[in-house]
Amino acid sequence: MVDHAIIAHGAEWTIKHAFVYPNEYIYWGITIVMYPYMTGLVAGAFVLSSLYHVFGQKDLKDMAKFSLVFSLALLPVAMMPLVMHLQQPLRGIEVLFTPHFTSAIAAFGIVFTTYSIIVLSEIWFVYRQYFVEQTIALKGKTGSRDVFMRTLYNILTLGAYDISEKAVAKDHKAVTILAGIGIPVACFLHGYAGFIFGSVKANALWMSPLMPVIFIMSAVVSGIALCMLTYIIIMEWKKFRAILKKGMGDESVTVIAGVEMDVMIKASRYLLGFLVAAISLELLDIIFRGYTAMKSWDILREVMFKEDFTKIFILQYGLGNLVPFILLMLPRLTIRRLFVSLVLILFGVFMMRWNVVVGGQAFSLSFAGFMHYDLPLIPHNLDTYREGLFGALTIAATPFIIFWVINKIVPSLKKV
Amino acid sequence: MSCSRRTLLKNTIKGAIAASIPLSAFKFLSPAEVKAAIGDDKVRWGFLVDTTKCVGCGFCVKACKKENEIPYAAAVTRTWVERYVITKDDKTHADSPMGAKDGFTSPKIREEEINPDDIAKAFFVPKLCNQCETPACVQVCPVGATYQTQDGVVLIDRKWCIGCGYCIMACPYGVRFFHPKYKVADKCNFCYQRITKGMKTACVQACPFGARQMGNLKDKDDPVTQRIMNERVAVLKDEYGTKPQVFYIGLDHTVK
Repeated sequence: MVDHAIIAHGAEWTIKHAFVYPNEYIYWGITIVMYPYMTGLVAGAFVLSSLYHVFGQKDLKDMAKFSLVFSLALLPVAMMPLVMHLQQPLRGIEVLFTPHFTSAIAAFGIVFTTYSIIVLSEIWFVYRQYFVEQTIALKGKTGSRDVFMRTLYNILTLGAYDISEKAVAKDHKAVTILAGIGIPVACFLHGYAGFIFGSVKANALWMSPLMPVIFIMSAVVSGIALCMLTYIIIMEWKKFRAILKKGMGDESVTVIAGVEMDVMIKASRYLLGFLVAAISLELLDIIFRGYTAMKSWDILREVMFKEDFTKIFILQYGLGNLVPFILLMLPRLTIRRLFVSLVLILFGVFMMRWNVVVGGQAFSLSFAGFMHYDLPLIPHNLDTYREGLFGALTIAATPFIIFWVINKIVPSLKKV
Repeated sequence: MSCSRRTLLKNTIKGAIAASIPLSAFKFLSPAEVKAAIGDDKVRWGFLVDTTKCVGCGFCVKACKKENEIPYAAAVTRTWVERYVITKDDKTHADSPMGAKDGFTSPKIREEEINPDDIAKAFFVPKLCNQCETPACVQVCPVGATYQTQDGVVLIDRKWCIGCGYCIMACPYGVRFFHPKYKVADKCNFCYQRITKGMKTACVQACPFGARQMGNLKDKDDPVTQRIMNERVAVLKDEYGTKPQVFYIGLDHTVK
């Protein structure tokens, strides 16, 4: 039997070539790729909902509730990959107990908690009226499910039963204020993830003051894209059910399709704007590095234009940015074309995270060697599960499970 | 039940005060305070590597692995030796097979045969933690599990490290790794368990040629400190602003 104590962490998935220091491995694998990706989705989903609540973009009303609840479902998942990748996951809580404030990671607990409180309280204000109404509606019913739901809603009201017009107006005001505070906090949460990378001076690829801004822009892009994609899937499902129930030509089917298209066309305009901003910043970063050509440029150029050319220029910029950009710009947008563009955009942002996190470790600190991350597909121990395909799939699936549960309590897809 | 805003606020404040009373039993120490408690402030450990004396036998690596319980077969090590061969066409060939724990037994560099007639110069460079004056690893640790003692050595608290790997990423010298057994960050600590008892580090003691030496940089009469003061020494990668405290004699510009 192989003694696992002799296998260095990282040795199982790192392939070195040319001159690499002995202790260098891909220490930050796919879990850390998922971390900024998931945080980005949280921030993006929240920003999308705030566009309606704060800036009164009425065209986004139907998206707003859904994306707010979805950002809550994504929230625990932003933290999940971080804890999962720790060598000592049970000690993760120490970041909250003994934060060492010169470290960028130490503030994570504070930023994350603040943001969670804002999202939770905003949702509470949005759904308080609904909670009270449900408590009243379920009164006197004796089924065990009804009793359970009634008790749950009762607790969720937090004792605030007043649903007079005045009280509800106050709720709306609170939502606006919270959404307003939430935007900078959401951007901070994510820009901060960019700072964690951007401030590592030892890493030639990561170190850039643009990193936090690039991260925010691509976060908003991915967040909006995921919300739109989920919205399309749900609306298509509704349409499908309506067709099954009432037949193809029924009025409700055309109504659903009309609403869906309308909301999507409007949302895609915001998506395009943020996409352009994200790409411009990323290109600026590359151009600047090439023009200043510091010591590290030689190895960075090797990585970008040779080792990782396919991942960066074909998959990320080509397939993930340029193709969906053209698809969205072409006239007579259809749901099918939009769907393809959204999937590509989400893939593009994922590749961007990959190229930053793994790409940053693709070259040795010696500037004379390379490391290749051989993603473990079939896990044979805990390490290869966490840093492999199945770990990433677990992380990616979790928000949808959480959303499914939350949606049983707060129906974000019903029109109230 | 009705609850006015005033009573709610009142009760909240009361509750907060009541909850914080037991908290006052704890004392919060800043990492600087903890640091002040460890080490001797009359000492600043420094290291001198004379690359002209190193023959690449790897005894230092072997001794280090044994002393510090780094699994011998694992491909990670607290100290290692690099071999550089610069050919006449200005190409640098470098390697460090398994950190050179068994020395350099083959003239081939990564399966590449180099014709001895083409060699312009060749040498060995031992590497270890630089015990930087402003260590990037200490700065980035989110829980303060790695810290600098008063005598300048950077240590790791194995009971507190969460294993996030941020310090590994932050070190420009690549000296940090995850200990295969303890699953926490690990690196050279100048054999702190030995030097604080008046002994030499395992690598210094094992080196048959005196290529590795240690001294107290605060003591100007220390023979090693004198050499560092009087001879022309260099450090590795000073551009990162970490102020490394391992000094090299005969360091070539091709050394990475």
